[in-house]
Amino acid sequence: MTSPSNVAAGCAAPDQSAPLPASVDLEKETVITGIVSTAEGEAVGGAYVRLLDSSGEFTAEVVTSPEGVFRFFAAPGSWTLRALSRSGNGELAVDATRGVNEVALSVAAA
Amino acid sequence: MSRDTALVSADWAEKNLETPGIVFVEVDEDTTAYDGGHIPGAVKIDWKKDLQDPVRRDFVNQEQFSALLSERGIANNDVVVLYGGNNNWFAAYAYWYFKLYGHDQVKLLDGGRKKWELDARPYSKDVPARAKTSYQAKAPDLTIRAFRDEVVQAIGVKNLVDVRSPDEFAGRLLAPAHLPQEQSQRAGHIPTAINVPWSKAANEDGTFRSDDELSKIYGEAGLDGSKDTIAYCRIGERSSHTWFVLKELLGQQNVKNYDGSWTEYGSLIAVPIALGDEPGKA
Repeated sequence: MTSPSNVAAGCAAPDQSAPLPASVDLEKETVITGIVSTAEGEAVGGAYVRLLDSSGEFTAEVVTSPEGVFRFFAAPGSWTLRALSRSGNGELAVDATRGVNEVALSVAAA
Repeated sequence: MSRDTALVSADWAEKNLETPGIVFVEVDEDTTAYDGGHIPGAVKIDWKKDLQDPVRRDFVNQEQFSALLSERGIANNDVVVLYGGNNNWFAAYAYWYFKLYGHDQVKLLDGGRKKWELDARPYSKDVPARAKTSYQAKAPDLTIRAFRDEVVQAIGVKNLVDVRSPDEFAGRLLAPAHLPQEQSQRAGHIPTAINVPWSKAANEDGTFRSDDELSKIYGEAGLDGSKDTIAYCRIGERSSHTWFVLKELLGQQNVKNYDGSWTEYGSLIAVPIALGDEPGKA
């Protein structure tokens, strides 16, 4: 990587399939991660997954990796995950605690 | 400016992919999306590598911008249609930037990559070969760019619109929730700023809400139409999205984007900061 490091890190989502960076302190971070898949169990890459807070307000959105993986850095509490994709949409409520919270999010055509 | 001149639909875009004089440009921070497939014929601009100065903490200057567009084969009289991921954040940033350097014929693709993907429209991996041009950027139009001193002066005087999420506004998070939270700056918001998250302006598929819905959202949030407005976020790209809504879709006068945004403001010594969900006092 030769990209300049003096520029503030952007707001775009990092590579969703990459391992957690070593700098991420799981004693402090609340990570919500999982895989988007169809009812048949096929992973859905390129799905748009958004994290909504307890009032339903948009908090963040990422695109799943080719393996269907997504990841958020949130805070402990109640969240909703919502996925939109060519294969359909899906939703899931999550009660997150500090550390890594793994979930499975399935989508289906409406 | 209005919706008719500033925005194009995905249908319009698909019909005009090969129209001479129209250049599609994908703008993202992470350009692997472009490399994996983009709107056929589109060229790419990397938000960080192409639009930020490699040394100073600023974006590229008039000469650098001219060189960039010349190299990408974009001419002064081309119609530039911008789109990208992240609900068009970086494309909206680039739109603001094209306007700042005086490119009149620039439009945003409504819904960006997301709408294109959800509509199952075609992608291409081919990188187009465009002949170099001699692009001449104009002097920067600073009536649409706010700097920190002006922002501090605007507390309690102008509309300050913080377009980050409610948790970032209140100081409960320092960055959007898809990013790690370790940051050096203080959390919170600029006192008297109203919080209208950028996402309020967009539908779930990434397209903009109707003008009526948009007017209602900002009116109810307390935006005073008789005052000048400064929008900010964390690094200035989500606020470009809101700047686009207020200036280009709703046609408000005197709207500036503060691209220094919270990464700058939250690091300044001795400026006031408000915590919690309320705007706070001047």
